[in-house]
Amino acid sequence: MRIGVGLGKEGGEKRLERQGVSRRDFMKFCTAVAVAMGMGPAFSEEVAAALTGKRPNVVYLHTAECTGCSEAMMRMYKPYIDSLILDTISLDYQETIMAAAGHAAEEALEQAVNSPNGFICMVEGAIPTALDGKYGYVGGKTMYDICKEILPKSQINMAIGTCACFGGIQAASPNPTGAKGINEAYPDLKNKAINIAGCPPNPINMVGALVAFINNLGMDVDELQRPLIFFGQTVHDLCERRPHFEAGELAKSFDSEEARKGWCLYDLGCKGPVTYNNCPKVLFNETNWPVGAGSPCIGCSEPHFWDDLTPFYKNI
Amino acid sequence: MSQVEKAPQSNFSGPVVVDPLTRIEGHLRIEAEVENGRIKEARCVGTLFRGLEIILKGRDPFDAPHFTQRTCGVCTYSHALASIRALEDAINKPIPPNATYIRNLVLAMLFQHDHIVHFYALHALDFVDVVNALQGDPVKAASIANSISNRKAKPEEYIAVQAKLKTFIDSGQLGPFTNAYFLGNHPAYTLSPELNLIGTADYLRALRIQVRVARAMAVFGGKNPHTQFTIGGGVTCYDALTPERIREFTELYHESRAFIENYYIPDLLAIASQYKVCATYGGTRNFMTFGEFPDPGAERDINKRWIKPGIILDRRLDKLYKLDINKIAEGVSHSWYEGDKPLHPYEGQTIPHFTSMGDKEKYSWLKAPRYDGIAMETGPLAQVLTSYVQNHALFKPLVDKTLDALQLGPEALFSTLGRTAARGLQALAIATQTETWIKQYENNIINDKQIVFDYESPKNARGVGILEAPRGGLSHWLVTDDKARIANFQLVVPTTWNLSPRDEKNVPSACEEALVGTPVADPARPVEILRVVHSFDPCIACAVHVIDGHTNQVHKFKVL
Repeated sequence: MRIGVGLGKEGGEKRLERQGVSRRDFMKFCTAVAVAMGMGPAFSEEVAAALTGKRPNVVYLHTAECTGCSEAMMRMYKPYIDSLILDTISLDYQETIMAAAGHAAEEALEQAVNSPNGFICMVEGAIPTALDGKYGYVGGKTMYDICKEILPKSQINMAIGTCACFGGIQAASPNPTGAKGINEAYPDLKNKAINIAGCPPNPINMVGALVAFINNLGMDVDELQRPLIFFGQTVHDLCERRPHFEAGELAKSFDSEEARKGWCLYDLGCKGPVTYNNCPKVLFNETNWPVGAGSPCIGCSEPHFWDDLTPFYKNI
Repeated sequence: MSQVEKAPQSNFSGPVVVDPLTRIEGHLRIEAEVENGRIKEARCVGTLFRGLEIILKGRDPFDAPHFTQRTCGVCTYSHALASIRALEDAINKPIPPNATYIRNLVLAMLFQHDHIVHFYALHALDFVDVVNALQGDPVKAASIANSISNRKAKPEEYIAVQAKLKTFIDSGQLGPFTNAYFLGNHPAYTLSPELNLIGTADYLRALRIQVRVARAMAVFGGKNPHTQFTIGGGVTCYDALTPERIREFTELYHESRAFIENYYIPDLLAIASQYKVCATYGGTRNFMTFGEFPDPGAERDINKRWIKPGIILDRRLDKLYKLDINKIAEGVSHSWYEGDKPLHPYEGQTIPHFTSMGDKEKYSWLKAPRYDGIAMETGPLAQVLTSYVQNHALFKPLVDKTLDALQLGPEALFSTLGRTAARGLQALAIATQTETWIKQYENNIINDKQIVFDYESPKNARGVGILEAPRGGLSHWLVTDDKARIANFQLVVPTTWNLSPRDEKNVPSACEEALVGTPVADPARPVEILRVVHSFDPCIACAVHVIDGHTNQVHKFKVL
């Protein structure tokens, strides 16, 4: 027996109620399943969660990238990545972790993008457009062609990391491969990609945007398609060293008493004032962020920061 | 020697192409010719070019570590550190001992993190059948787990994993396990259901523990991936001097070490004991190690390292050759570049010449680095072998104990199994030694708080950064001009050594050599190819070199 209530878990029970199944009846059923599985009644909540509908299909494509964004996503701790991929989403294609390879992997992709329930598309990496896209192939097709075919079919496109958002490092001058971000590479794309910028983006911003979409929460974006809930304020505004800046307490060199005291890194090239991201507030790996480690912000969630915001250690 | 079972093998003859080869960093295609169920010849094809080296030209060398770190987000930090060392070599002045202590500690956590993630997330599914784990007896599994390790496993935890798994599988949405080679009984998956259950449980456990290990890197390094705390002249993280940060780092380190000792190594040995067949294929002949973990105060002296550099030729474990980095040269005769003569990295040139995907002559974006004209394997197996030959205090007994436990002789090391085991031993040895490094660091900072010296970018200079990364010997080669800008930057990367195309003498790379003779039980699901290739832990983004597609310009530079 299977009780299906459509896409997404949230609100599944309400949808069940509308079908005349009360929560009590449903939980009774789940408890029975749990006991049948030898798990005891306490496990019924997990059964309930698993039964309240199909997990949304997610296709995660890698183009011109370094896999740092995938690695960042694996550092997710609320929820942990295993809960995310076993309980919340159905990660049907993700080259870094998927078991299948070769033809079997291509078939998995084919199935996912043709799923009657639709799919969410996440892209990590820039799109090489020079030389007819021949700088990047997967499974014998150019990355450019793969994304051109898949992106228009998805329910939502999410550009994961600054490469997918704005071209990233391979788009830095002289951009040998004609690398572009998603929205620039496919200007006619109707479902424009939401840009989760950062090199890498904070996994909380990545998964947060994903969960917001699954739960039908609207996301306001800035003119660069970045969700304002994550990219609404500058790093400078959120920085714990901001009071030093206000007091004119600026470190002049790394080997200095001022740097030792944790003063503002503005004069050492910090790009926090022109960078929109939530690093100081959300932190990386639950513990730290670059300025916390005494290193000036390099502006990694801004378009073309590799050219526009370098040299990194000079105030420009 | 115990009996090694025969590999299941088909009588298939014909081509097998695996593209995309998943569970690696980057974009890789493997083309193999199979004859009577064994690989006769193979080609490793890097299918993405990004061009980072050309992008570096004309920039401030202090920025290079940020750029090169984006070569790869998996072995993140390795490239940043190699670039920093190249820059400091060009500056040619000392850095504070504390900088080396802190860099070593972060690097030690990278090795542990990288190898845990590789074994479980990237490699385990080549051996572990997740669906068959449902058939395992949880009571037996707990008792096996307790017999192979110091953990206190209970049947309940395996029951819970099975329940979670059953719900997942019954949902009909297999997510990352969709179309896995193990689905529908694959003859080359031979673990007992109980070991499949333990393997699956620890696959999930590892996904959580790696979050903690990466956090240790961020305690000093600001974040992971892409740490941000090193600078030419030292490190910037004054926080690393505080007892709070050191305590946080140490606690996370202990979690990592405990996982390696109680899960990773016992799981590795248990799985290896049922896959001794993997000791019969996937071997190579020549090995190169750059050595790592410099003595504080001697960051750039490759002979003052905890792991010493060295070369082994023709599998001879009775002779070690000294590493001479001037014998490194890169060829392009089978790469998508013009030129035929191998060139030293300081003299390298790059002219793009893409032919077509599937071409047998010019077939990869990787160049072909060779040492004294010889194709080398680099990485954990090379390192463990060179340390074994040198009677390294930690590595020698570890190798002997492992061979003993598996009832295998040293010749078994030259294989897929040997390579995968060596990675575990490297993680264990480094995790063990980290304890000492933390204590030495704590002692040193009692009287010495210096972590960085201020330096300027050097004019008309050159320098090399030599590093043993988790995937093997990595070198960055920097040349600056009269304005102290980058005139040239070359990266010669472990995966380029291991997975390069053939060279001008038509000699295949380590991985191409390793694939020859590998059995293929089911040509539609060639898991043995995955095992061999994954045992190298390839990182293709790291391995691909530079071209300029707009101008087809020859990127030449002068040796100063």
